[in-house]
Amino acid sequence: MTQNIARRTVFATALGGAAATMVRTPLAWGADPITIGCSIPQTGALASNGKAVLLTMQIWAEEVNAKGGILGRPVQLVYYDDQSNPANVPRIYTKLLDVDKVDLIVTNGTNLTVPAMPIAMERGKVVMCMFSLAINEKFRYDRFFQTMPYGPDGKAAISAGFFEVAMGMTPKPLTVALVGADAEFSKNAVAGAREQARKHGLRVVYDRTYPPPTVDFGPIIRGIAATNPDLVYVGSYPLDTTGLIRSARELNFRPKLFGGGMVGTQNASLKGDLGEMLNDVVSYELYCPAAANHFPRVARLLEKYQPLAASNGVDAHGYYSPPFAYCSMEVLEQAVKGVGGLDQDKLAKYIHATKFDTIVGDIKFGADGEWTEPRMLTVQFRGLKGQGMDQFKNPSAEVILHPPQYRTGTVQHPMGPAAR
Amino acid sequence: MTQPLRLAHAAGHEKNKWGDYDRMPDPSAILNAVVAGVLLGGFYAAVALGIAIAFGMLDIPNLSHPAFVVMGAFATWVLNSTFGIDPIVAGLLMTGPFFILGVLLYRLYHTCFESRGEAPLQGLAFFFGILFITEVVLVLTAGADYRSVQADYIGVSLNLGSLTLPFRMLVPFVVSIAMLFALQQFLTRSFTGRAILAVSQDKLALQLMGVSPTRIKALAFGISIATAAVAGSLLIIIQPVEPSIGRDFIGRAFAAVVLGGMGSFWGMLIASIILGITESIVSDMWNPSWAPAIAFGFLLPTLAFRSGGLLGRKL
Repeated sequence: MTQNIARRTVFATALGGAAATMVRTPLAWGADPITIGCSIPQTGALASNGKAVLLTMQIWAEEVNAKGGILGRPVQLVYYDDQSNPANVPRIYTKLLDVDKVDLIVTNGTNLTVPAMPIAMERGKVVMCMFSLAINEKFRYDRFFQTMPYGPDGKAAISAGFFEVAMGMTPKPLTVALVGADAEFSKNAVAGAREQARKHGLRVVYDRTYPPPTVDFGPIIRGIAATNPDLVYVGSYPLDTTGLIRSARELNFRPKLFGGGMVGTQNASLKGDLGEMLNDVVSYELYCPAAANHFPRVARLLEKYQPLAASNGVDAHGYYSPPFAYCSMEVLEQAVKGVGGLDQDKLAKYIHATKFDTIVGDIKFGADGEWTEPRMLTVQFRGLKGQGMDQFKNPSAEVILHPPQYRTGTVQHPMGPAAR
Repeated sequence: MTQPLRLAHAAGHEKNKWGDYDRMPDPSAILNAVVAGVLLGGFYAAVALGIAIAFGMLDIPNLSHPAFVVMGAFATWVLNSTFGIDPIVAGLLMTGPFFILGVLLYRLYHTCFESRGEAPLQGLAFFFGILFITEVVLVLTAGADYRSVQADYIGVSLNLGSLTLPFRMLVPFVVSIAMLFALQQFLTRSFTGRAILAVSQDKLALQLMGVSPTRIKALAFGISIATAAVAGSLLIIIQPVEPSIGRDFIGRAFAAVVLGGMGSFWGMLIASIILGITESIVSDMWNPSWAPAIAFGFLLPTLAFRSGGLLGRKL
């Protein structure tokens, strides 16, 4: 019996240790640190993004501490791995706030932020959130702030650029197929696209979802092709994105415009894997080399991030998450300095009232905690050859089609063959 | 250059009274959907093969098998990206190390649980733990990013009239069938193979013949994990992988084994192909979101009328 218990204890300890590792960044300062707590996926399906975000937060913390900290106090990150599992999030934030007594909290992702909201709201904490969609539509919490540039109408923001670009084509498209995964983000993206289709008078000829663990997307592409749509709007997650694009290419399916809200076309390794199959595909970005001249400070962050990304096994280019994770921390830093303390009420009021100067440009938050103006980039992949991720460092690999102030080219249509 | 895909059965675009779209059944579309399903089923069979050995023959509930498939995919990625080795060859090269890993894992399982008569429930927890530990080890060693391989046959298709077969699905199907056939021959024609079949049927009789069931089970479990190396190489040909992707295959793989019949390779293959064809036809002709529900729906009536599965022994 004792042996059994001992064996189980060792096993459980090994599992538990792997599952939820609390880490504090080491410090050697006289003043008490300002502690920033977060639950962040380091394992599981969302680990790829979570690890890139954490790496960026660590770069930010190191820079801030090297400059003397905030208000003379060092910053210290306290984080736990939630294993990409929303069920782990409530107890992590409870521990962060009640046991670790962190001063500030940061959240990450739609599904992993929702379970944290009641805990933060109960304690009146400011929620600085990254990479989530339309969360505050339900909670309406006045201390919630989100740094992804969706603007006040998040669902529409993902697809608005795609449809505005599409309706500029000659001849104008008449029909659209909508397809997305049976999951939160995709459903929201496709719901927004449905509204856009209605707004632009497009006839929806295919409107279906697929289960997330789909392996072969060939039958889905055949089903879409059977309706002969002019446009195909896709709301997909990374592996679905590669599956849908590969299947479309293998079956030589070439509508006038293909793409939309495809998560994964921002990831360097997936882009490198797809390579020339991405030619003419339209997707969204938050930042890409074609926009580099608008945001010169991003390059400095990426110079630090990219060498570390290789050794950490995360997104090699870091165009997607790192700039916006960094800007979230910049907003917190500027707010604490502006308020001169950590009072949550004053911080929330300050963040609502202030325009923040960040590496991704000026940010002003609206009453709902979202950007007052959306700034999603709609891009089209061009001139890609074979495979390999280095070609995506070239600004001409992703042409910005929308919004107009960042435009670097016009849409190329219909979708051509993969290899040119 | 082939013409862009525009299927002949593109017909009614209006929703019918059930809120779905009317589609004229077109023979070439149905043929494409069926063939795509067969290819997909072949891949499912490769993933399920190890479970068919461990669970179907040895009564070992190895829930962690899909994690070893993912480990095989990562090993393939390392060999392909570092040395340029073809993914299939890489998978075959990894069968040796995976076999040893399987033997060691079985020894641990046997010592901790089986020999103490605690196998059924604790064994499940053990393999569930191994699943998570394997994922964490992969994240720590290879990172959390997506990994893929390069091969000339990825991204191109074989066109046979109106039939389009992506090599990305065709190659895994061929390799899977070859692996299944080779293993079936080994089990039925070699002494060790027959001993493995015997241990799944009558352990006591095997002991009376002077053969150690534990040793045979260790060998068989080693073989089951070795198949994960090949299945992993097939997986990474089909799609990029990340450490947690294995969880997606647990349900399908166990369903194929149970539906096919415990201990029957051919039953498992037929079940995998049924799952693949059902998913494919439902996705193409009807609504993709219903595909898993309808595919798994086959499980219930089959088990109701044939408790031992399609080709398995009656329970």
